[in-house]
Amino acid sequence: MTSIDLPASDAVAKRPVRWHIAVFLAPAVLIYTAVMILPLIETLRLSLFNVVDNQSIFVGFDNFKVLFGDVRWSASFWNALKNNLVFFLIHMIVQNPIGIALAALLSLPVLRLRGFYRTAIFLPTILSFVIVGFIWKLILSPIWGVAPYLMDLVWLKPFFGPWLGKPGSALITVSLVSVWQNIGIPMMLIYAALLSIPDEVIEAAECDGVTGWAQFFKIKLPLILPTIGIVSILTFVGNFNAFDLVYTMQGALAGPDGSTDILGTFLYRTFFGFQLQVGDRSMGATIATVMFLIILAGVSLYLFVIQRRIRRYQF
Amino acid sequence: MSKARSSFARSGFVHLALGGYTLLALFPIFLVISNSFKTRAGIFSAPLQLPSPATFSWIGYQTVLKQGDFLGYFQNSLIVTVVSIFLVLLFGAMAAFALSEYRFRGNLLMGLYLALGIMIPIRLGTVAILQGMVATGLVNTLTALILVYTAQGLPLAVFILSEFMRNVSDDLKNAGRVDGLSEYTIFFRLVLPLVRPAMATVAVFTMIPIWNDLWFPLILAPSEATKTVTLGAQMFIGQYVTNWNAVLSTLSLAILPVLVLYLIFSRQLIRGITAGAVK
Repeated sequence: MTSIDLPASDAVAKRPVRWHIAVFLAPAVLIYTAVMILPLIETLRLSLFNVVDNQSIFVGFDNFKVLFGDVRWSASFWNALKNNLVFFLIHMIVQNPIGIALAALLSLPVLRLRGFYRTAIFLPTILSFVIVGFIWKLILSPIWGVAPYLMDLVWLKPFFGPWLGKPGSALITVSLVSVWQNIGIPMMLIYAALLSIPDEVIEAAECDGVTGWAQFFKIKLPLILPTIGIVSILTFVGNFNAFDLVYTMQGALAGPDGSTDILGTFLYRTFFGFQLQVGDRSMGATIATVMFLIILAGVSLYLFVIQRRIRRYQF
Repeated sequence: MSKARSSFARSGFVHLALGGYTLLALFPIFLVISNSFKTRAGIFSAPLQLPSPATFSWIGYQTVLKQGDFLGYFQNSLIVTVVSIFLVLLFGAMAAFALSEYRFRGNLLMGLYLALGIMIPIRLGTVAILQGMVATGLVNTLTALILVYTAQGLPLAVFILSEFMRNVSDDLKNAGRVDGLSEYTIFFRLVLPLVRPAMATVAVFTMIPIWNDLWFPLILAPSEATKTVTLGAQMFIGQYVTNWNAVLSTLSLAILPVLVLYLIFSRQLIRGITAGAVK
């Protein structure tokens, strides 16, 4: 099928500089480099400097030492890191299994109303954190009483409490709201993976008498493991980069008593300053660098360890 | 076979589970929109009832539209989102074409370089981005937001679009070359129209995070003239914590455009996710 002209035109094109390649690439590469890559590098660089008497001075890893060890910083930092980890674990324990279960139900053959369920359950995912945060703040507010009333319908009213206002339950509540919003992502990705399993595999399983639950756990689940891996890493990056929902529901101080403070809100307060705290660019850059390293570690772990191991199950 | 075997009880359980979760997903949104059309007394005495003639009221919307500059916020969000999507699609498609069509030294490396941004959030560069925007005088302009969102959207756009462009037939492009078309004409006239479905998918994916973002408007463009809907709603609700009519109406106003867009594009979005994930 190759035309005779092809080698000739290729040889002609090889001589002059092919400017069009540069023209095609330039806008994307320039904007991406100038607004994303250079600022990232500059942020990493800034974390090694500090401002003393209006002068920027190279301080090496001193900022990190302060962040990890100095009493003024370390308590907030470790608290934010711990909360962020809890935030992530709740997503992994609650959001992803429920997302997989919903996807498994959605992908069952001859299901009526499939499109409606899919569209409806995905809807919260496209709303902004700000809207979601306020909606749930109103619903959970003891003043309005919708939540206690609904719990009363199922005889659970005695268990109602001002969950967002208590240090013990605030983080869990905010995490669950985030789960409510984001469950559509694992659901859709897993749903797509389930649909792409070849019919022959399922038919072979049914011929062998493997149906229902056993079929899901023995046949389908191993086949969708790669997608579960992708969902997990997306959850990880999203969670360690989160900010909006906590800021909306609990404010920049991430109350009560810092119990919902995650790295995103900690970065915002440090960098920008809040109330009595003055903004600190170098420490902000240091926190951003730590976040960068955490996300990079997670992504590398996924790419080099988990994804390779999972590949073996693929067909 | 399996159709005959699936019992009533089983399909009943499936619908109960999916229907139950659907209720959980939709109920909060319904609750807010329905109560935004009520009087204050109606909101508190019967929060779960639809607005009745006795409780119906526009008071929340009147407060919001009179006091807030909501239309202006919508305009800002619209400008930022539309221009960013246009730039992401145009520049992303051009780069994807260069990467998938031509062999040149550093091709693979360039592809990897552009793909870096898929996983690393641009938010982590905020400290230096703000510095740069201050230095160039772009703080509190919509241009600053457009630049950031374009950079943010490009990696995924290049990645998805180059996958699709590899599938465009070579014969077609070579036929164009034989006819003496320039590379630019081949790209704009032959290739772009063929990847239009992929462009629509990328557009929807790019749009949602831009429209919903709070971080960059809060830091780069917090002035009254450049506020986006998300930031405007955040600030406005903050002022009116006790005025429930205004809060509920603001929330509804912020939900509605997204809701309408979603109902129009949901098929495109779902097709995009399923197509992208199958790979």
